[in-house]
Amino acid sequence: MADKVFYALYDDDDILKDAASELVAKGIRVNDVFSPFPIHGIDPIIGVKKTRLAIVAFIFGATGLILALVGMRYFMIVDWPMNIGGKPNKTLMQNVLAFIPITFEFTVLLAAHGMSLTYLIRNKTLPGMPATNPDPRTTDDHFSMKILLSENTQFSSDEVEGMLNASGLVELNQKDI
Amino acid sequence: MEFTFSSKAKSFSLILIAIGIVSLAINYFTDHSDHHNMFWANLLFNSFFFFSIAVGALFFMVLSYATEAAWTVLIKRVLEAIIQFLLPSSIILFIVFLAGTFGLHHIYHWMDPEVFIKGSPAYDEIIANKEAYLNIPFFWVRSIVYVGVFYIFARLYRKRSLKEDAEGGTKIHIKNYKQSAIFLILFAVFSSTLSWDWIMSIDTHWYSTLFGWYVFSGMWLSAITTTMLIILYLKSKGYMPEVNKSHLQDLGKWMFALSFLWSYLWFSQFMLIWYADIPEEVTYFVNRIENYQFLFFFTFAINFVTPMLILMSRDSKRNKKYLAVMSFVILFGHWLDAYLLVNPGVLYDHGHLSWVHFGTLLGFVGLFIFVVFRALAKAPLVPVHHPYKDESIHHQI
Repeated sequence: MADKVFYALYDDDDILKDAASELVAKGIRVNDVFSPFPIHGIDPIIGVKKTRLAIVAFIFGATGLILALVGMRYFMIVDWPMNIGGKPNKTLMQNVLAFIPITFEFTVLLAAHGMSLTYLIRNKTLPGMPATNPDPRTTDDHFSMKILLSENTQFSSDEVEGMLNASGLVELNQKDI
Repeated sequence: MEFTFSSKAKSFSLILIAIGIVSLAINYFTDHSDHHNMFWANLLFNSFFFFSIAVGALFFMVLSYATEAAWTVLIKRVLEAIIQFLLPSSIILFIVFLAGTFGLHHIYHWMDPEVFIKGSPAYDEIIANKEAYLNIPFFWVRSIVYVGVFYIFARLYRKRSLKEDAEGGTKIHIKNYKQSAIFLILFAVFSSTLSWDWIMSIDTHWYSTLFGWYVFSGMWLSAITTTMLIILYLKSKGYMPEVNKSHLQDLGKWMFALSFLWSYLWFSQFMLIWYADIPEEVTYFVNRIENYQFLFFFTFAINFVTPMLILMSRDSKRNKKYLAVMSFVILFGHWLDAYLLVNPGVLYDHGHLSWVHFGTLLGFVGLFIFVVFRALAKAPLVPVHHPYKDESIHHQI
């Protein structure tokens, strides 16, 4: 199906925010907004879903915790029992206090790296990946709003264009895809 | 909006105070320990717990001036009201110290002059070596300086805060900002040394360099949690409509983060001493684990595990019911922590948590409500003028 994408360019984040709330009130679905900095309060307006990064962090953290304990049990107790400072070394339970600092560090390490990597992969911004922003000016002093025609089937292309033109933009780019 | 201390709440707090006085009296007359030590230890740890709430609130208020935090503007009056409990709690603390100075109790073993005299049967070489620091005159000088400095700063901040309501402008704010740096330096030293003097010296032979921070983290957390409870109460009565979910979430974050700070310091102190296993260092934990095993680990569990599991998610930090329950849990946990700071060092294997401790707690809660709510009623709940007031009203995260 032929689709059409609109990129409306604004030169002020407040104008974009007002335009977005107006368009959403009229029933338009905004696909995305590109901005050089985070625009405070834009997420609920354009309906960005709440991040699930916290869940990922928890899973990675729990993995780190378990890996560290299992690993240290193997290294320090099973494979090559070590006696440090006269501490008993027969069971994990008797030694677990000494392992807590490393377990903690490893939990943090895995949670932090896992979160960063998930974030980069999910946003397709790993180093070397092609840029996805439509206009280099959105990394400087312009703000762009992306609207897909296929997401707004109740409106015709001209209607969307008219509404965008009335929203205080500085430039409108359209593309058939 | 002005807060009115309803007569219902007032009589409720007076009933609690009566319960507290009756419990203390029963405790005194049924206490057969040496020198009524159990009674005095009960009074000491309860007053110290509420003193730490007031001082923690003072610290947090000054910290938000120093960092020019905007979101705390709306909750500033609650902090100021909690700080008013500084004076009543320190008066009760000083009564305990005064009784110790005159030998009415033996909580502070080093207050007995015999331990410093060579050749006397009570002579204790380890304590005698600490005489330059641990002696009664210097102890009193220090205690009066701590409380005096805290009290003067609290008074001046409160006075300027009320003046700012009338005048507005930024002059007072800049003055607050500048003074906060001085206070924080003094507080950094005093919060450590006061916990050595008042709490650590109970276990006179024992010392821990981490102790001051450990007690301080508990102070800070108890103060934040109390602030949360009072705000939730006020909001349930329809006051403070300006305080939105973002403010609550930020306070909830503090509860969560400071629970971790406290657990971190608790564990650091415990693990280092456990690992080194040096006889003069382990005494503190041997006493607590052998005689108070359940309480000791239970306190750590409820102060670490429950906040971690329950306050981790964003939704629970925005849910008033969760926050209220967690505030009670954390405050109770830190009250138990205060119990364990004081009582094992005084009573060893004779101590146990009894209902008189809970009765005394209720009495202190009553006095706290009475003092704090009266202070709340004296000024508008939300500052009339503050340079960051608008920003705080629009606080959103």
